[in-house]
Amino acid sequence: MKPTKILRSAWEGLMLNKGRSFLTTLGVIIGVASVIIMLAISAGTEAEIAKQINALGASLVIVSPSRGVPGSARTLIYDDALAIAEEVVGIAGVSAEQAPPSQNIKANDTMLEAIPLIGTSPEFPLVRDYPVALGRYFNQAEDDRKAKVVVLGSGIARDLFGVDDPLGRIVTIGTTKLTVIGVMQSKGMVSDVDYDGRVYIPVNLVFAKFIPVMNIGPDRVRTIYVKAESPEKIDSVITQITAILAERHDVDVSKPDFSVQTQQDIINTQEATTEAFRDLLAWVAGVSLVVGGIGIMNIMLVSVTERTREIGLRQALGARPTDVLLQFLMEAVILSLVGGLVGVVIGVGGSYLFGKFGSMQTAIVPLSIPLAFGAAAIVGIFFGYYPAVQAAKLDPIVALRHE
Amino acid sequence: MESFLIETKEMTKVYGESDATIFALAGVNLQVKSGEFVAIMGHSGSGKSTLLNILGCLDRPTTGTYMLDGRDVSQLNKNQLAEIRNQKLGFIFQSFNLLPRLSALANVMLPMFYDSTEDISGADARSRAIRSLESVGLGSRLDHYPNQLSGGQQQRVAIARALVNHPPLILADEPTGNLDSKTGAEIIEILDSLHKNGTTIVMVTHEPDIAQHAERVVCVKDGLISSDSDHGSSPCICEKELA
Repeated sequence: MKPTKILRSAWEGLMLNKGRSFLTTLGVIIGVASVIIMLAISAGTEAEIAKQINALGASLVIVSPSRGVPGSARTLIYDDALAIAEEVVGIAGVSAEQAPPSQNIKANDTMLEAIPLIGTSPEFPLVRDYPVALGRYFNQAEDDRKAKVVVLGSGIARDLFGVDDPLGRIVTIGTTKLTVIGVMQSKGMVSDVDYDGRVYIPVNLVFAKFIPVMNIGPDRVRTIYVKAESPEKIDSVITQITAILAERHDVDVSKPDFSVQTQQDIINTQEATTEAFRDLLAWVAGVSLVVGGIGIMNIMLVSVTERTREIGLRQALGARPTDVLLQFLMEAVILSLVGGLVGVVIGVGGSYLFGKFGSMQTAIVPLSIPLAFGAAAIVGIFFGYYPAVQAAKLDPIVALRHE
Repeated sequence: MESFLIETKEMTKVYGESDATIFALAGVNLQVKSGEFVAIMGHSGSGKSTLLNILGCLDRPTTGTYMLDGRDVSQLNKNQLAEIRNQKLGFIFQSFNLLPRLSALANVMLPMFYDSTEDISGADARSRAIRSLESVGLGSRLDHYPNQLSGGQQQRVAIARALVNHPPLILADEPTGNLDSKTGAEIIEILDSLHKNGTTIVMVTHEPDIAQHAERVVCVKDGLISSDSDHGSSPCICEKELA
């Protein structure tokens, strides 16, 4: 029997019960679409991380307190940052940062609720590659004397002042009045942080005015960012910082109560997480494909039983076991391929929509399309084979007598 | 020596294992010449169905030989039997066995679909099927589906299907069993005219007046041929046996 004839007769068989054929393919559709979407999401996440490397620069060193180290008597404090700035050789800048609880911000009649407040050192724009667009950042003198100045994220500036010039205006943060001296460039969302939706004030002002009494130590900092002069000096900078902090904290270098990481370290950790996440998603998607295949097998077995008499007749008219086998196998393969095709369309469209309207970045992996489609075809052949063999094995006499 | 279209020698069909064996056929010797119209009669359980299955190459004899159109088909494998059924045999069933989702024309085209000896183009298959349907008087019902046809018309479609590959032998299993007597008579008329045109027909029936249309009546009893009008016993004896 010619392939086109097998194809046609298989198609006729499927059209016999359109609704059921569609429902059967649903499993494969979901499987294929989810493989493509999952891979697109993890590829998008990875691309996002790569973007962060570029955004933050390769020469950044991040010092943060270790969490949960037993017996760590001290945490990272402002003086640690000063010590690093004074003693470490080969650095371009240091910025200590602390984030107090969010505050409401008011200017004239406009009030913004729960805006994140970031206390930084004056070198923050340099260290974080995040320049000021308008006005200026505060200087060391202003930081030291806890000057009541603020630099606004671009989004906050727009929300508070619209098109008006915000420089020199007074804003009330909590109960403290501050003068606007600058507006940062627009940076957007990086790693779930909306840089434009925050305000930046001197870190010493944070210690003095915004750390609630009875809370953590008043001069405690969340992170110290250190920018090395060049990426080549990173290793030396890390070694020096570790030695200085270990001495200051009176801990062994091998068991520090702080961590010194490069942006690359953090990215590596994130990538490892993303990869584990991607593997998990791929497994889940793969399992749903297999479940889809089992669905096809079930329906094909039902179909073989229902059409036993037809099979008997075809045998009587000269269909060889192979002809019957191929017809039913072809039906299963068509089901899975059509499912695969629809799944690819939904997967690609879904990935696009997720990326456009969802909170996740997506990047469609071109290889995932033939991969998912091929997997669907293999699933069809694999799970279609058993019912097809059952059909081919039927005794024509018994099959013809089947009611 | 005269050549037969069908020639079986000591053909047996045994079911079951050692202790509980049942001889469905106990040694059948049957010869049918080309062009004959033979009716096979017998009670249920007599072995006539088994005989028809083997003659129809749907089953193989346990022992003995079955020569069909000069070829021993008793030991062929499933694929070879399928090809024989396709090329040498046309089946007419009691329940028509048309595929409900196919039109009359598509049903008749089915045997050509499985023809492995020649690659029939779609257009050829179509015109052959049309001729075959015209020959049973259904030239105007090509695109009707089985549920749009009367029982007699459905059986005529089945006959057209049986004829379309020009097989030397037509096997009819109770062809009028599901039809009223008037329609049954029409079907028998078609078989009669096929016979007159030289087609060999073997028909199983339990209706004596249908069997009368055949020129020869063979009775099967207990897995053996108990009477054969060709060998001197009259169909009447057969009827008595059946009564």
